[in-house]
Amino acid sequence: MPKKTVLSVQIEFVSILDEHGNYDAALGDGLIPDADLIKLYEAMSSCRYLDEVAFKLQRSGRMGTYPQNMGQEAGSLGAAYILNKDDWLVTCYRENCGLFWRGVPMESILLHWMGDERGNAMPREHFATPIAVPIGTQMLHAAGLAWASKYRGDSQIACTFFGDGATSEGDFHEAANFAANLDLPVVFCCQNNFWAISTPGRIECSAPTVAQRGIAYGMPCLQVDGNDIFACAYATKWAAERARQESKPSFIEMVTYRLGDHTTADDARRYRDQAEVDVWKERDPLLRTRMHLERKKLWDSSKEEAMQARVKTDVDAAVKRAEEIAAPPAADLFNSMYAELPPTLAHQRDTMQTHSLASEQAAKVEGH
Amino acid sequence: MANLNLVQAINLALIQEMEKDDRVLILGEDVGVNGGVFRVTEGLQKRFGEKRVVDTPLAESGIIGTSIGLAMAGLRPVPEIQFEGFLGPAYDQICSHAARMRTRTRGAYTVPLTIRVPVGGGIHAPELHSDSPEAIYAHTPGLKVVMPSSPYDAKGLLVSAIRDPDPVIFFEPKRVYRAFREEVPEDEYTIPIGKARVICEGTDLTVISWGASVMQCMESIEKSSKSVELIDLRTIYPLDIETIEASVRKTGRCVIVHEAPFTCGFGAEVAATIMERCFLHLEAPVQRVTGFDTIMPYYKLELNYLPDATRISGAINDIAAY
Ligand SMILES: Cc1ncc(C[n+]2csc(CCOP(=O)(O)OP(=O)(O)O)c2C)c(N)n1
Ligand SMILES: [Mg+2]
Repeated sequence: MPKKTVLSVQIEFVSILDEHGNYDAALGDGLIPDADLIKLYEAMSSCRYLDEVAFKLQRSGRMGTYPQNMGQEAGSLGAAYILNKDDWLVTCYRENCGLFWRGVPMESILLHWMGDERGNAMPREHFATPIAVPIGTQMLHAAGLAWASKYRGDSQIACTFFGDGATSEGDFHEAANFAANLDLPVVFCCQNNFWAISTPGRIECSAPTVAQRGIAYGMPCLQVDGNDIFACAYATKWAAERARQESKPSFIEMVTYRLGDHTTADDARRYRDQAEVDVWKERDPLLRTRMHLERKKLWDSSKEEAMQARVKTDVDAAVKRAEEIAAPPAADLFNSMYAELPPTLAHQRDTMQTHSLASEQAAKVEGH
Repeated sequence: MANLNLVQAINLALIQEMEKDDRVLILGEDVGVNGGVFRVTEGLQKRFGEKRVVDTPLAESGIIGTSIGLAMAGLRPVPEIQFEGFLGPAYDQICSHAARMRTRTRGAYTVPLTIRVPVGGGIHAPELHSDSPEAIYAHTPGLKVVMPSSPYDAKGLLVSAIRDPDPVIFFEPKRVYRAFREEVPEDEYTIPIGKARVICEGTDLTVISWGASVMQCMESIEKSSKSVELIDLRTIYPLDIETIEASVRKTGRCVIVHEAPFTCGFGAEVAATIMERCFLHLEAPVQRVTGFDTIMPYYKLELNYLPDATRISGAINDIAAY
């Protein structure tokens, strides 16, 4: 019997607005109205400025470890822009821009990195789950959230973000497999920034694309220019429609780059060349969006200046609000532990001690 | 002799064991080019090459699962899990395989594996970067659990762990990493797994601790007017019952201090052992000063959670007055 090919796959790459400002009207027109594009550009600029401020806050001891999002603003923003306001956004830590677009207050993210759990008290109306610290775990939650929506017959879908490194974790593969085999309305967005701390992409995925990891589970896949807000919006729209209409998952690889260190605790010069960073600086999502707006005569330097001033005022005000929030009382350790605090835990809270004689001593003092 | 901190002492132990035994190899996330996020494996890949110091994919189950295979084949892998909070994905491999292989195969296969894991709080780190899960692994038969509190001990214990024929979890307290330096011999020496260290002798009461908490205990003891004996367990499992027993029989009073939560913390095991072995010598109920039964908080509250010298002194005074 002659051998025959049972599968050959193709993966399309979508670029609409490239780093030189070339714009594909056939794909892009109708996707983002001009007025919205201006807002999106401002959102990216604001996120970028926040990154600069956060970096300084960390360096001056006013914030803990912080992961800059610099260079990766377009991916989550493009998705959040397309999704309905009640679609789930299930992210990790490089999706600030999308979360802010959704309405999550900047203070929430700031507080989180300032070591205050109250930053995670995401108002439920934002349909955004808290930053997931264990890498690669949150995609399963997205599958469950999407499943709940399907169960109830709602049109809500779930969109989850994760890095290239995260696709090495077993949980990623389980999430993809569940979503594909149980027909769950999930949009998987992998931000491939080529690095997982110091680990280069080839160690996380030696296949030519990360996108094909989706194909392995039976999902349609797209690879897009992740620094292109149009391409990210385009792909999300494509995947969200499939999720909403057919209750099926899709996989998007957003090709991007982390312009900063992994976090403020990292020094990327130890493991990557500045020349590589310089190439990607040219591909910055903000630069090309501005170029596009200028070419369309929608933007100029005075508008830019006014916008930067607005952004500075807003971000600085958010930082001020976050810094003015005093540390929570120590009892806060206990207060969100259970719906009803077990008596032993209530006792620990009330005494802030664990050794039993402390209570005996206290009782004696009271008794006298 | 060199004056080294904990990071450097561990680094030196790794270098020496790798030089001595080409079955020893290191694997983990960011351990190679970057030298580990705490720089514990700094310079090792340059020195020993990519074959022996391996940057792996970001997958803890993968790191431990492949280490088990490497060990079953006769090598001596020393995998690193980047933070104790990320042991989660590796739990199945550690507890369902590494811990059981010898028993399951009646000794036909063994897993001589040393899992290095930074542990504990107090360094202003984000969520899941500050926990103390030693009791979980001490409660898993088949594993040895080590947690040095000083550079000298770390070097000698790590050498023992790497040479040990069974799987060892080697917890490295982050708060101690760069806290202080001490004289650490270049020359080879080992510290046996399963032997506690009496840091200072005393007659009024015994304080038992391990890991970073030992520093808070010393701070408290320096201020105390009592004659306090301080024992650093160094190895959590197997527990050095003899040293504990000898001390508590002498003092009749004992405070146990650890960062991990109170309930089912390893202090509970130590307290039960003391009750069984020293019952008639006890002058006071054994006391535990520990983390609370809560999630390890984000850093704004971490000092409220971690046992500090004040809480330890409170317990010392209460038990001394009993
Ligand atoms: C389970 C787990 N293992 C290790 C870590 C430590 N860690 C934090 S971020 C990171 C790299 C993540 O890489 P990637 O998924 O590509 O996301 P990126 O940071 O590049 O956005 C690692 C190893 C973690 N947070 N969780
Ligand atoms: Mg990455």
